[in-house]
Amino acid sequence: MSSSASSQPMVHPAGTARLLWTVLVTVVLLSLLAYLVAFDQGAVSRSGMYLHELMHDGRHLLGVPCH
Amino acid sequence: MPLTTATPPFLAVLVRGLLAGLIAGLLAGAFAYVAGEPQVEAAIAIEEAAAHAEPAVGAHDHEDALVGRNGQRGGLFLATGLFGAAMGGLLATAYVLLSRRRRGDDGRSGLLLAGAALLGAVIVPFLKYPANPPAVGDPATINQRTVTYLLMVVLGLVAVWAGSLGYRSVGAQAPPWLRAAAAVGGFLLVTAVSYVVMPSFEEVPANFPATLLWNFRLASLGTQVVLWTGIGLLFAALMHHERHRRAATALPST
Repeated sequence: MSSSASSQPMVHPAGTARLLWTVLVTVVLLSLLAYLVAFDQGAVSRSGMYLHELMHDGRHLLGVPCH
Repeated sequence: MPLTTATPPFLAVLVRGLLAGLIAGLLAGAFAYVAGEPQVEAAIAIEEAAAHAEPAVGAHDHEDALVGRNGQRGGLFLATGLFGAAMGGLLATAYVLLSRRRRGDDGRSGLLLAGAALLGAVIVPFLKYPANPPAVGDPATINQRTVTYLLMVVLGLVAVWAGSLGYRSVGAQAPPWLRAAAAVGGFLLVTAVSYVVMPSFEEVPANFPATLLWNFRLASLGTQVVLWTGIGLLFAALMHHERHRRAATALPST
């Protein structure tokens, strides 16, 4: 990734559009990861309840409603 | 050369956020293992005693479960590590969007964002819907509790946003106490309305030990505090290092 905007504060419209898409994809992927830890019961991970059960203690201690 | 420099490319920031989050998540896992696991064990013992007395209840069967208790204790680190990485990445994303609008960062943005996340996404929801150990909570209401919890996280973040809005709306000429009062007012207004409007759940069994519940909740809150403090400090340190590295390499050529 070239540092096109690193030296000047002005923002290029094309760079902004590309950044927004990158940000959008990143936010979706990271939300999916957080969902996998905190709420998934096999619907997304396709591992049945295995990951859900594996991270049982983490969910409780992170304060997420579990059961 | 001003201390405030332009933000490095998004991916460079994102990688640092993910790394800070992963490390902070493992630290939070270590805290949870030491401070929280004894409480989880004690609560599961109570849950199993109740399940034996009344076999129809138990939503989770911890005896012939898919993952044994040792696996779940190890899975704690997987859960906090992955969750931390996700939160660190989201913090980095918010950091990039914020510092583009603010035209750079003086080194405080990452710390402020982590503090805002701790207050809005952890402490505000926790005081309304505190963490529950196994054996506390009615499995029949889990979907409702999950949705209201998530909504409360959003409302907590809105409350923090309202606080910063209040702070800025008073104007830079106003005395500091007035700006602080506007910030606290905006935050408390949204928080109080949310607490009143959102439903409450009273599902602690009558015979569940109060000290165990308190100790578990304290450990749970501590886990999140370690997580977000770690994310904030590590991310700020990594970004500080990165900005100085960029400033040092940029100087000779220009």
